[in-house]
Order: sequence, then C-alpha cells, then structure tokens
Amino acid sequence: MESIIREGTSKTPAIRFDAKQGLIEMKGRSIPENSTEFFTPLVEWLDKYAADPAERTKVNIHLEYFNTSSSKCILDIFKKLESIYKANNEVIVNWYYEEDDEDMLEAGEDYESIIRIPFKLIEIDDH
Amino acid sequence: MSFNLQECYRQMNEGDVLLAYKGSITTELITNVLEVIESKLVDIKTASATRKKVYNVLVESLQNLFHHIDDIPEEIKDEFDARFGILVIAYEGDYYRISTGNFIRSQKVPELRKKIDKINTLSREELKEMYKYVLNHQKLTPKGGGGLGLIDIAKKTGNKIRYRFNPYNEEYYFFNMNVFVTVEKRSR
Repeated sequence: MESIIREGTSKTPAIRFDAKQGLIEMKGRSIPENSTEFFTPLVEWLDKYAADPAERTKVNIHLEYFNTSSSKCILDIFKKLESIYKANNEVIVNWYYEEDDEDMLEAGEDYESIIRIPFKLIEIDDH
Repeated sequence: MSFNLQECYRQMNEGDVLLAYKGSITTELITNVLEVIESKLVDIKTASATRKKVYNVLVESLQNLFHHIDDIPEEIKDEFDARFGILVIAYEGDYYRISTGNFIRSQKVPELRKKIDKINTLSREELKEMYKYVLNHQKLTPKGGGGLGLIDIAKKTGNKIRYRFNPYNEEYYFFNMNVFVTVEKRSR
C-alpha cells in the first residue's frame, strides 16, 4: 500500500501515512477554509489500511493550530483508527502540545473522551 | 436615520488598530491577513499563549465571515465588492479586539441572534460540553462549515461575544460582531 507524504503549507499540515511502518503522522497547521477537500483522501487511505493494518499503529499528532472545520475531519480520522483498534489491533495515539498551550491540551482531552483508543497527551517544552 | 456603513467602520477603527480591511473576503485575503497579524504579534512581543489565542480566534472569525457572508444588497452592488466584509483587529490594552462586519439577510437574523445569546449565557464547562456534542454529532456542510466556530470562539476567549444587527433595508441587516481576547498578564 502506497504511503501518503505531503509537505506542510501555511494552512495545511505535513502528512506522513505509512502503512508498512504503521505510522500515521500529522504536524503543523490545519486551518484550510474547506478541510473536507484536504482530509477526504486521508480518510479514504485509512479505510483501505483498516483492511490490513500493521500489527501496531502509531499515531503522532503534533498540531500548532487547527480550525473547527478541521476538528471534525480529525475526529473522522480518529474514528477510523478506533475501528482498527476495536478489530484487535494495537493503536496508540500520541497527542503533542506545547507547554503553554492549554487549548491544544484541552482539544486532546476532548478527543480522548470521545474516542476509545489509548491516548497519550505529551507536553513539549519549546524553550 | 438609517444605518451608515462609513460611520460603523469608523467606530470599528477606534483604539490601536493592527489591521483594518473592507472589501471582498476571499481565501487569499484570509491567508494574507493571517500572515500579517502573525508577524505583528511577534513584533509587539505578545506572550505566546495570548498570541496563539488571537491567531486561533482570528482564524475562526475570518472563516465564519467567509462561510456565512450573504450577497450584498442589489442597490449598492456598484459601490461594493461582491462578498463584501469588514475586518478590524485592534489592541485595547487588556484585550485584543477582533471586529467583523457583513451583510446578512433579514430572515437569518433571529436564528443567529438566538445562537449567540445562547452561547453568551453558557459557562466554560457548558461550552466545552456543547463543543464536544456538536463536534461528535453535526456533519460538515459542503463548504466546510461545522457550526462550531462561534462556540469555539466563546470557549477560547472566555469572553462574551458582542454583536449588533444594524437594519440596512427591508431585506438586509449589517451584522457587526466583536470578540475579545484577554491579554495574558503573566510574562514568561
């Protein structure tokens, strides 16, 4: 299965979806006006990945900003991952946030409370 | 005396203005505004927590404007750009104020008024619950709006959303919204 690798832009995050490594990574900003356009291919990729996932899927989400339009799409991604987890595969989410960014910590906690997969909230000291 | 747009713009421009714009609200404009404001906030050495909040709230305000702008009234189509909107970002000592203005069809006013009034009565915890509920239950519109923008703004700022519907003519109001981001006093 082919990987998705995308460079980050001022409005969209860097993406690395690697089936072989079982690695799902999203880093940077996600603030496009229409997030569906950006996220649909990623959700579709996960649909295929779910059919034959790696033994262990590691998910690293390290976002500086995301808008409410993206927040729904990110939830869609987590829901796909949840179905992979429920099918008895190992999935771990690492949600990174900068130490002074309470909103990003809270966003991670919100997802953690909606999605039933192991969730680690990891503080990054950027000073 | 009917509503005067110039006077409204003048009032919006009170205080220490970082950026003021009136015209067409496009994707490109949003990108440019965000770039300008981001570098200005770094220049004035705002605490990073405040900077992030201003940026976040600005993104939501602009995209709300982008998604919900109504066509401008027929009789002034020659005077204004299509998708006309106003944006002012000002520093007011204790707050950053983000003001937006746009034409809205009269029939949409009661619902929007009800929505903001409701949001303004909610506590932080209630906003958090409402956000999670809408996030989990409401579908995105084809344009990418999710009904979360105003809730997110209220939740992140912790301040009431101030607004005014100025009657323009029978069919339109000019909607003016002000949101306030409190400046973090703790310096790091």
